[in-house]
Amino acid sequence: MTPDTSTAHGRIGTKSLGAVAIRFCGDSGDGMQLTGGQFTNASALFGNDIATFPDFPAEIRAPRGSTYGVSGFQVQFASTEIYTPGDAVNALVAMNPAGFKTNISDVEPGGIVIVNEDEFAKGNFRKCGYEDGYNPLEDDELNRRYQIFKVPMSRLTRESLADMGMGAKDIDRCRNMYALGIVYWLYDRRIETTVDFLNEYFGKQKNQPQIAEINVRALKAGYYFGETAELFPVRYHVAPAKLKAGKYRKISGNEATVLGFVTAAAKAGKKLFYASYPITPASEIIHGLARLKHYGVMTFQAEDEIGAVCAAIGAAFAGDFALCGTSGPGLALKAEAIGLAVMFELPLVVIDVQRAGPATGMPTKTEQADLLQAMFGRPSESPCVIVAPRSPSDCFDMAVEAFRLAVHCMCPVLFLSDGYLANGAEPWLLPDLDAIHPIEVNHPTETNNPEGPYLPYKRDPETLARPWVIPGTSGLEHRIGGLEKQDVTGNISYDPDNHEHMVRTRAAKVLKAAQIIPPLEVRGPDSGDVLLLGWGGTYGAITTAGDELRRRGHSVSTAHLRYINPFPSNLGDVLSRFNTIIIPELNLGQLRMLIRDRFLIDVIGINEVRGKMFQVDALVKKTLEIMTNRSASVCDRRLNSMP
Amino acid sequence: MPDTQLPTYTAKDFTTDQDVRWCPGCGDYAILTAVRKTLPKLTTRKEDYVFVSGIGCAARFPYYMETYGMHSIHGRAPAFATGIKLANPELDVWLVSGDGDLLSIGGNHTMHVMRRNVDINIILLNNQIYGLTKGQYSPTSEFGKKTKSTPVGSPDYPVNPLSWAIGGGCTFVARSIDIDVKHLEEVMLRAAAHRGTSFVEVYQDCNIYNHQVWFYASQKKTKPDSTILLKHETPMIFGAERNKGLQMNGTRLEVVQLGNGVTEDDLLVHDETDRGLAFLLSQLAHPEFPEPLGVIYASTEHDTYDRVVHEQVRQAIHTHGKGDLHALLHEGDTWVVEDE
Ligand code: SF4
Repeated sequence: MTPDTSTAHGRIGTKSLGAVAIRFCGDSGDGMQLTGGQFTNASALFGNDIATFPDFPAEIRAPRGSTYGVSGFQVQFASTEIYTPGDAVNALVAMNPAGFKTNISDVEPGGIVIVNEDEFAKGNFRKCGYEDGYNPLEDDELNRRYQIFKVPMSRLTRESLADMGMGAKDIDRCRNMYALGIVYWLYDRRIETTVDFLNEYFGKQKNQPQIAEINVRALKAGYYFGETAELFPVRYHVAPAKLKAGKYRKISGNEATVLGFVTAAAKAGKKLFYASYPITPASEIIHGLARLKHYGVMTFQAEDEIGAVCAAIGAAFAGDFALCGTSGPGLALKAEAIGLAVMFELPLVVIDVQRAGPATGMPTKTEQADLLQAMFGRPSESPCVIVAPRSPSDCFDMAVEAFRLAVHCMCPVLFLSDGYLANGAEPWLLPDLDAIHPIEVNHPTETNNPEGPYLPYKRDPETLARPWVIPGTSGLEHRIGGLEKQDVTGNISYDPDNHEHMVRTRAAKVLKAAQIIPPLEVRGPDSGDVLLLGWGGTYGAITTAGDELRRRGHSVSTAHLRYINPFPSNLGDVLSRFNTIIIPELNLGQLRMLIRDRFLIDVIGINEVRGKMFQVDALVKKTLEIMTNRSASVCDRRLNSMP
Repeated sequence: MPDTQLPTYTAKDFTTDQDVRWCPGCGDYAILTAVRKTLPKLTTRKEDYVFVSGIGCAARFPYYMETYGMHSIHGRAPAFATGIKLANPELDVWLVSGDGDLLSIGGNHTMHVMRRNVDINIILLNNQIYGLTKGQYSPTSEFGKKTKSTPVGSPDYPVNPLSWAIGGGCTFVARSIDIDVKHLEEVMLRAAAHRGTSFVEVYQDCNIYNHQVWFYASQKKTKPDSTILLKHETPMIFGAERNKGLQMNGTRLEVVQLGNGVTEDDLLVHDETDRGLAFLLSQLAHPEFPEPLGVIYASTEHDTYDRVVHEQVRQAIHTHGKGDLHALLHEGDTWVVEDE
């Protein structure tokens, strides 16, 4: 007897893979986000490492079948640690020609493409701009390049649900589950998590048990189709990853942001006051916090961006942990008020979930181009602390850090997330709450000047922070305002020397925060030829590129800044240990400008502003190019300097 | 232990050591005095007052009140006040600012704080001019007003603060005059007692850039015929001789002479709770009509915003119990990775 290589069924073999990137795409009404989310959950629960990239159109209901109405969801799942949703797509599921057209070029040569054949019809070709008479599924070139599997999903879904007595519309909405069933079979996933989800979501929450039933039926039908149709020559298996031991859940950046700030407030025994005005891609934060009232969270949807930040500052004065969230355009509107908070010297945290701009730009696409706005985008000298989470789950840690710093410095802290982090998800090793240090808050009730009036700007000599006395405290009544004030007394002052002193003191106070900022860590050797330095959401791409370059034998290390103002105190030292510093950023060189200015060193940028995260491959290539050019120019210089 | 009995305050207790820097003769002085005299009559502790302002001459107000205070940025005082009140509803929040601040640059926030009915007191010092920036026309300046920025006359029609407030859903709307400190105090006491947003427009003389614009309403000689003092459930009589009144004619108000068969009984009786009537009254303008003073509208129909928001929090705790952070973090699908 020949040995059976398959795990389940004799006829079809199973191939083991280390990592797979799948992308689901279709019309924005096709339920692609839900489908991708379910696949992600099943993979996470199976024990794979995962990283996701949801990519949705700005239009809520774009015309059906149009390319600008295409919604996509990419997930990479792996048996090893991964940091990105993957560059090239290994398998694409396209529910319509528009999805096929906009996504096919991202599929690796030889990659799997599963399409809903029924949608590949004349009318739909026209809607997405294919030439008359052209059917991409019959294109020889494409068929040579990819393994295209044509499945009449609409018809098969209808057939499998024909006896359920449901309307055509409801039945057609189950096509995504049919597709998911096929993919579950192909990648050897368990369908149970999705069955449970459907029963819970449609059956219990929406009280539509029949809808739950037809979706479950479609999911199973798709799975059995995969098993029996013998369409696919082989199944794939991706073993669980060897992640650090512990309990995990899947988390997106915005979810982690919500939990992080709730935790920060709880760690200080404070009420969290969140004020915001709806804006993509930050709105999920107020959605998340608004349901946590019983955790001591108060949310305020203000009349506009300015109203939101001003209400937050009011709440900070009254003693709350005050937070607001927005995106770049909103941060611009808040600028004057944040400057006032600098002057008030009150703790305030402002989240900027950056998106591609300027102006409305591409609201659902990512970018890192608000760094200089965060740094300098206010009138006059108004320094703020800036932190930037590097991954979805890191949003949790940095949220706690943001408030720790705000209270420590008594000043505003900007939290720079981005669209990629906000919507992307990864497994999160649940933190031990007891291991998170409490945030110490002190509201003095005794005067600091028994001889005279209370002195609101008498500073802690260590941190330069002023005391946070809150209204309601007897005997310490005082006024704060936007006019320049005398240090110590807080009285209005137009004295030139005092103004100079205050401007320098506010700046020094922010720099002193470096005392409680952890040192920058280097991944790879701590000295060498090249350092790839990044900040914020590019961590996954840069880290993976660095690992790959080292694997190929190059002297490349990586480091990622989570604290940008002030910089970690060892940054200068780290930079000095490498011959070449390369800063990849999704902007035209903003961190690069800060680093050059601060350290007077040459820095090379890799810059992209395409509304997308870096591709690891592209980073590897560009780094190598820079390395080659550098050594060439060094040779040139040597030759030129010869007598 | 804190003293639980309310200390007896005087106006002096609410006076800071800061020099008041308004121009000599500015109407703001009288208003400051009135407020300092009003607070001792209330039951709030000194440390529980917060005075908030925006930008402008009037916005210097908090610096002169020996309470907690916040001099903020231009136009945004209502938003700061909202945040303060939401964070701590025990605080008694007063907002004092000018017409440019509250009705022009801050118009949006003023409208929204009113419709939400946040429990704060707003005092609008209306001098129909930008004082601090040296005399440009303001949103309440009359059409055709000649100023440095409008040398041939303002092309803007002015906003009517009372109509704005009533239209915006404000639940307490009143008007007074800077030099009538007694009336000011009365109105402020009513405003302070009101639960919800109270809005008091005060005719304030800027004796540098817009001197005498309110004289028709503030001076002894002209005041009786050009204003009407409103009292709840009282017929609307005015005039130096107390011989004129207001009557409804169809859907409009008209001035009638008493006598010749017209008696007090024919006059309109003020009803503070009638929003439609309040709007009609707010539209009365000099010189065709006497301008109303006193409480024009006061309604307790709506709950206050801060109370509703805090009640939602209370309800959430009641329904779900106090949030357990550990449970929140561990919510949803989780999985365990075992040690090798
Ligand atoms: S400019 Fe006018 S409003 Fe301002 S302080 Fe002087 S008199 Fe008063």
